[in-house]
Amino acid sequence: MRTPEAARTRTPEAARTPLMRRLLGPENRYLWFWVFVGPFAAGLALFTYVPLVWSVWLSFFDAHNTVTPTDFVGLDNYAEILGDPSFTAGLTTFAGFSLLIVPATYALSLALALMVSRLRFAQAFFRSVFFLPTACSYVVAAMIWKLSIFNGVRYGLANTVLGWFGGSDVAWLSTTSPPWYWLVIVTVRLWLQAGFYMVILLAGLQRIPATLYEAAAVDGAHPGWQVFRHITFPQLRATSVAVVLLLVINAFQAFDEFYNLLSTARGYPPYARPPLVYLYYVALGQGQNLGVGSAGAVILALIIAVVTVVQARWFGLGRQED
Amino acid sequence: MRRYPTDDPTAYAPPRASTPARIRAAARPSVRPPVRSPVRAPERVGRALRSVLLIVLAALFLVPFYLLVRNGLATEADITGTDWTFFPHSLKWSNLRELFDDSSVPMVRALRNSAVIAVLTTVGTLLLASLAGYGLARIEYPYANRVFYAFLVTLMIPSAVTFVPSFVLVSSLGWISTLRGLIVPTLFNAFAVFLFRQYFLGFPRELEDAAKVDGLGHWRTYWRIVVPNTRPVFAAVGAIVFIGSWNSFLWPLVIGQDRDAWTVQVALATFTTAQTVNLHELFIAAAVSILPLLVVFVVLQRHIVAGAERSGIDD
Repeated sequence: MRTPEAARTRTPEAARTPLMRRLLGPENRYLWFWVFVGPFAAGLALFTYVPLVWSVWLSFFDAHNTVTPTDFVGLDNYAEILGDPSFTAGLTTFAGFSLLIVPATYALSLALALMVSRLRFAQAFFRSVFFLPTACSYVVAAMIWKLSIFNGVRYGLANTVLGWFGGSDVAWLSTTSPPWYWLVIVTVRLWLQAGFYMVILLAGLQRIPATLYEAAAVDGAHPGWQVFRHITFPQLRATSVAVVLLLVINAFQAFDEFYNLLSTARGYPPYARPPLVYLYYVALGQGQNLGVGSAGAVILALIIAVVTVVQARWFGLGRQED
Repeated sequence: MRRYPTDDPTAYAPPRASTPARIRAAARPSVRPPVRSPVRAPERVGRALRSVLLIVLAALFLVPFYLLVRNGLATEADITGTDWTFFPHSLKWSNLRELFDDSSVPMVRALRNSAVIAVLTTVGTLLLASLAGYGLARIEYPYANRVFYAFLVTLMIPSAVTFVPSFVLVSSLGWISTLRGLIVPTLFNAFAVFLFRQYFLGFPRELEDAAKVDGLGHWRTYWRIVVPNTRPVFAAVGAIVFIGSWNSFLWPLVIGQDRDAWTVQVALATFTTAQTVNLHELFIAAAVSILPLLVVFVVLQRHIVAGAERSGIDD
């Protein structure tokens, strides 16, 4: 990477212009950094950062069926989407969904990890069985849940089992009182993701030093609840925080199972619409109202930013301890 | 010496060693056997209960897979009959032929689309993310950490926020219903960069230092020394990306609008929600769709587990 001037002098490094030297770095290191990182950075900028900015811009325009609107409407899109009861209902749906799925997955994954880690035989087998659903797609899982397990008619597995105990058939997905559809929605995600978080927690359990358990045994702690309460659980804190953060982020992305479980040939029912499902129908449905859709996306982004900061504060991320 | 029925170091009392042995043990604390608490009957009961619970849970976790295959190979009457039984009355392997012969269900096309997309996405992501991860981990640059955090932030942005604007961008590029539109925007996976960076940071520097002494630059060091010696991380990230790409639904649903651009997930979803095909055909199609993944999963499970474990480490 020598410039012609540099080649003429005896000490090429020193003779390069200061600007070039600053840009290329010692031994052209900065140049090489961008050769390696640049392609990814450019793509990420184009396909993540540019759409974000564009979305904010669109949210101030009347953008029906167009991505280059000219009709500036100020905050009208925001007023429209916040005034739409289905959008606020979508946020409530998301909140309820997270409150169900996050603790349920965490508890099940932790229980599985604890039980599997204490196995002295067939540990790999059980780990594989619980991890296997990770390979299944939400589409396929939702199909099994909707058409086979929680089928509303008599031949569904759940209704067959109910029938053994003299229960009558339940229309799992199409009844809102009681809202049985939550059972279907939560169990499908639980089945799909519990094994993945179990593996993360298993790795966390293995990082706990054995000397702590030995010390606890010396101090007379009962193996079981006392050891779990005072050693295992506190030592798992960093892993648990990571797991809960991942669970909340993933719950926010919920779309696949809602869409595949609830939508029918006649459309999507008016209940159980998390934000992504709502946006899918507003922004890409009839009329393609991209302005309002973008306003919804911006509002979601703000909510997520607030939730993340509050969560980080609450868990005391970055706090030095131990 | 007393005999102990098991070798679990935490469950049983330590051997009551003779005094000299105990003194010896105290003199070398590092080789002292782990302290054990006395064995108690409730613990044995607890362990048995735990095993039973695990076996029941494992069976429950396998039931959905069983139902997929059961319904896929059953007759329509065995699926929807009033006398539903756990085991079908007969296995109908001809369902498989029926699925691929049915011209109204674009299964072959959808499988091919999914395969092309998943393979190209995996190769592209591995190339882009490993280069970026290596640059971030190994090439000194004053703003490397800031660049890394700018990448990581995108992981915190859920697709709920980006999918409308991404759709806007891709449609303005004219990429709707094209392979480009289905592949290119998904190649820039910050999570993959994160995994590569963490792995390269833990990779011993000696090999690269030796390469540098031999006069190899960053580029040739990377291709000749680093890549051949870090295959496990490529297998782990590759498997995770392949599974994610094969199973992804929202993006292919939004971008692959034409029937010819359907992936296997979109095709399945269309028939699940419309319920226009026979159930046995739908289930055998779903079973066929997860077959490639089960193969990837079984072959690469060790690496996938390693990748999943690393994703819980936040530093």
